[in-house]
Amino acid sequence: MAKYLLLKHYRGAPACANDVPMDQWTPEEISAHMRYMQDFADRLEKTGEFVDGQALAPEGTWVRYDGEGRPPVTDGPFAETKDLIAGWMVIDVDSYERAVELAGELSAAPGAGGKPIHEWLELRPFLAAPPTITECPHT
Amino acid sequence: MTSTLNEALLRSLTPSVLGILVRRGADFAAAEDAVQDALVEAVRVWSAEPPRDPKGWLVTVAWRRFLDATRADTARRRREELLDEEPAPGPVPAADDTLQLYFLCAHPSLTPSSAVALTLRAVGGLTTRQIARAYLVPEATMAQRISRAKRTVSGVGVSPAGAKSTAWGRFDQPGDVATVLRVLYLVFNEGYSGDVDLAAEAIRLTRQLAAAIDHPEVSGLLALMLLHHARRATRTGPDGSLVPLAEQDRGRWDTASIAEGVAILQAALARDRLGQFQAEAAIAALHADARTAEETDWVQIVEWYDELVRLTDSPVVRLNRAVAVGEADGPRAGLAALAELDDSLPRHTAVAAYLHEREGDLATAARLYADAARAAPSLAERDYLMRQAARLNARLRG
Repeated sequence: MAKYLLLKHYRGAPACANDVPMDQWTPEEISAHMRYMQDFADRLEKTGEFVDGQALAPEGTWVRYDGEGRPPVTDGPFAETKDLIAGWMVIDVDSYERAVELAGELSAAPGAGGKPIHEWLELRPFLAAPPTITECPHT
Repeated sequence: MTSTLNEALLRSLTPSVLGILVRRGADFAAAEDAVQDALVEAVRVWSAEPPRDPKGWLVTVAWRRFLDATRADTARRRREELLDEEPAPGPVPAADDTLQLYFLCAHPSLTPSSAVALTLRAVGGLTTRQIARAYLVPEATMAQRISRAKRTVSGVGVSPAGAKSTAWGRFDQPGDVATVLRVLYLVFNEGYSGDVDLAAEAIRLTRQLAAAIDHPEVSGLLALMLLHHARRATRTGPDGSLVPLAEQDRGRWDTASIAEGVAILQAALARDRLGQFQAEAAIAALHADARTAEETDWVQIVEWYDELVRLTDSPVVRLNRAVAVGEADGPRAGLAALAELDDSLPRHTAVAAYLHEREGDLATAARLYADAARAAPSLAERDYLMRQAARLNARLRG
């Protein structure tokens, strides 16, 4: 029983095997890709492992506090930004091994030519609540 | 107030009502749905006072629901068979039904999270929504997890001819108690917060199991839970930060819970069938027994850890033993015990940091605390360990 974030980056990981930009795919290939993602989420809901999944707009705004009484400063996009997050999925699974298995399946979503994209997904564990009977010696 | 009482009563009756339906020949999954419907109906219509015979009421309503569903779902012949075979109302071995239900919900064919969810619903009488909230997943996801689990165990133990006498499967071997205990331990130990107090629920379910079966490890787990629960209020500060055992306000420990846990443990130990949970409870009892951290009997705690190593041979137990050795025989001995363990073990670095600090090597300890914080599996531990690193670094600078 552990939650993991499957994070889909557009930049930051090595190029994937089937590295064709989406605008070069056929409309049918795009539909097939979207259907694969939806089927994957539906399947996880049926297995009782789905928590959340969202896609994000590619560009956002950078915001920071600018001092008492002043409105927040907005900026960006920054040209030097190396990473861009396309979306995520949160899963609740029994083991790390299961999380890796599912990430592997998601990464097999079809792209150009209907072949799996093999894109890199980042798998990040959630920081959970501490166990009641703690193994931590200090508590 | 009344509704709270009703809910407690309802939930305590859940396993025996479900047991009766299954004994009458209902398949487990359909019976469980019918009992949930009856519980919902009871909440609706038992306004101030429950009926004179709450269990009889629930059985009647649940059975009717089951028949309605059967009527809708399956061939009429099946229903007629059930009606023909409906046994005369009479005394039912409730404790035995309850026990079979625990075994079924913890069946080894289920994944741990499925067994936990099914136990909370079918034995605990919680709603899917309550369980989903407790584990921070969407209700639809939890509903699917539970219905899959029910499908998995529905086929369990049913003979090829579908004879209904085997609908519960055959789980009367003592070895199966261990799987039930692991599920209850998970509910207690990995419960998140929600509107349901999962630790209290785990205690209630373990208490109910202890009433249904005479087994020293069931007592051991119940004692372990009570002894840890007694310290719960003092384990976190008002801001949610972890308060280590040595710094907890022992005056606020729940003495009634400790007394009960110790009494249950002593009765279990007297039977001379030691197991993991009894040994863990013994360690918790020694902590509970110390009026101050300095009074802790670490020598005896190390002896119990030796028993636990013998019983479980678990690396996590060896890690905790190293801490106890560090307290009993000094940090150098603790570090020596630690050196024998794989340093990739979770919390190994945190233990190393603590022992190095005790030995006086603050620079190493500060570095290890920061490393441990980065690898911490929970937010509260990460923050705690990072504060330890910061505290030592401030001292080193000062």
